[in-house]
Amino acid sequence: MKNENLYNYILGVADNSLILGQRIGELCGHGPSLETDIACTNVSLDLFGQVRSYFQYAAEIAGEGKTEDDIAFLRREREYKNVLLVEQPNTDFAYTIVRQFLFDVYHLLFLQELQNSTDETLVAIAKKSIKEVSYHERFSSDWIKRLGDGTEVSNQKIQEAINNLWTYTDELFHQTGADKAMINSGVGVDVTTLKDAYYAKVNSVLEIATIAIPESKWFQKGGKEGVHTEHLGFMLSDMQYMQRTYPGMEW
Amino acid sequence: MVPQIDKELHPILAQVSDPEIPVLSILEMGVVRSAQLINGVVQVVITPTYSGCPAMDVIGDDIKKILKENGYDATVKLVLSPAWTTDWITAKGRKALLDYGIAPPLEADADKDVLLGDKKLVGCPQCGSTNTKMVSQFGSTACKAFFQCEDCLEPFDYFKCLK
Repeated sequence: MKNENLYNYILGVADNSLILGQRIGELCGHGPSLETDIACTNVSLDLFGQVRSYFQYAAEIAGEGKTEDDIAFLRREREYKNVLLVEQPNTDFAYTIVRQFLFDVYHLLFLQELQNSTDETLVAIAKKSIKEVSYHERFSSDWIKRLGDGTEVSNQKIQEAINNLWTYTDELFHQTGADKAMINSGVGVDVTTLKDAYYAKVNSVLEIATIAIPESKWFQKGGKEGVHTEHLGFMLSDMQYMQRTYPGMEW
Repeated sequence: MVPQIDKELHPILAQVSDPEIPVLSILEMGVVRSAQLINGVVQVVITPTYSGCPAMDVIGDDIKKILKENGYDATVKLVLSPAWTTDWITAKGRKALLDYGIAPPLEADADKDVLLGDKKLVGCPQCGSTNTKMVSQFGSTACKAFFQCEDCLEPFDYFKCLK
């Protein structure tokens, strides 16, 4: 492949949205209320739409007749570059919305920077996506505040989800090899520079939500290098079932 | 952003509607960015309202179909940039939305106020009252939020502002 770094970089960006989109898509018909069910599937749809744009571009770079579906469905677990945060299971609505919130804040900051990329296609995708992700961030922040500053039980559940998912936040700011090469060429975003703004935003929402900010300095990592938690494999077996069973099938 | 659409193609394309909002033609919606007859082939450029909008494939097929019926071969290209905004919905389109029972988008600041600040600015498409409340930021499609009128109690969709 001529531009392997760019290809890997795009996958690294898009896989987060693909895996999170699949996770919240699991709530279709199973959301805690009709409104949240529809909201989660709408967010999922936005993310999948964005992923299609990224993967169509990646497929173009890969050449050799590769399609967006090949990239989405026919890779193995180790070839997915998403952060560990987004593959964590739905567990309950507190986990679902905390995971969403922790990603949305990052996602918005990331897209704001991606708008300055030297790559025209990535800029176009960023400018399109940012409008949608602004809504996602409002939605998840709103729920964190509502539930955190809600009843004793809802507060406790959000606190527990924050405590358990916090360990996956630092990985968002890890640089991979593809990241470094792409930053040097002006295409990629230096995620390390987003960290302060990220925690400032997250902490400010948690404060309003009367949720204590976890003190642990111990963080999990590995997803960006393809080393995942056990949850991803189960999800992929579900997600890839149709393409594996009926190779090349189309709607 | 005025779309570049050949005059003779205008009435043909005006017959294609958004499958999720059938009262709105794709021209009123602002998704057709250009349509020009070049070397005997109509080249149409459309832009999605939302990235994941499932209507785009159908719209693309409908455009090709209706042009074919009118004797034109056509190609349809989807572009993301410049990104679609609700400002591109025409005045006629906004009116069609309202008549259909969908509250058209407010200005960006007002939109933020109603979706975040619980302000009552969205008019009920049935009775016109602005004594309305947001039920959910996400409605029946990606582009809408779900509202209810507190006077006539009718639930309705509000087309979210996108800039």
